[in-house]
Amino acid sequence: MSPGRRGRGMGDSAQTICLSFTPRRIRDDGETPDYRFSLANERTFLAWIRTALALIGGGFAIDQFLTGLDGTVRAALALATIGAGALCAVRAVHHWVRCERAIRRGEDLPATAFPALLAVLVTIVSVTMVAVVAQGSA
Amino acid sequence: MTAPSNRDPGLQPERTRLAWRRTTLTWTATALLASRQTAHSPAMHTAVMVIALLTFWAVAHHRITTLRHAEEPPTMAPGTAAAALATTLTLAAIAVVHVL
Repeated sequence: MSPGRRGRGMGDSAQTICLSFTPRRIRDDGETPDYRFSLANERTFLAWIRTALALIGGGFAIDQFLTGLDGTVRAALALATIGAGALCAVRAVHHWVRCERAIRRGEDLPATAFPALLAVLVTIVSVTMVAVVAQGSA
Repeated sequence: MTAPSNRDPGLQPERTRLAWRRTTLTWTATALLASRQTAHSPAMHTAVMVIALLTFWAVAHHRITTLRHAEEPPTMAPGTAAAALATTLTLAAIAVVHVL
């Protein structure tokens, strides 16, 4: 990691957010890369969209099938799962923009803690579900 | 026809096309699961979901067609990513409305 990379300020993340909304400007940045890199980035984007869809579907399933639960608990679990799904979808585009830009500029790909955070959230929801369901059937 | 010397040994466009197909399949399966619930609520919800699904299908079909015919596949258009995001968020919004 180059020394300058670590010290990225607010300006850079604000710029990335702007690029997410006006992404046509991505093409003005750097050089057109080997199309294989772009296609790999696109497949990663699609994998995140599928993850988002699976989480949203999981939210529907919680609401639909865990009918024995207390309404508030069920709504909380479902909303946490759906929220994670929506976050995944937004982040899919954001990450795609950042990677595309890094590829074009020949920089390192962006490091991110998002997968770890998602794993923690999914674990919390899963463990809560197991606990609540076990308690209900006992 | 592409000359053998130009053939991509990694089959990148094919893999990307298949990724779009997988995603379309996931979208459809999720929409079917959701439709079990929207069936019992105002027809508006199902209508919005069907429109979102059809939009995603159209976007995916367009991208798959582009990847199939292009000699050198272009980078995904930002509008394509935006459409995928918008349709997915629409589904999430319908889910939230149903839970509440």
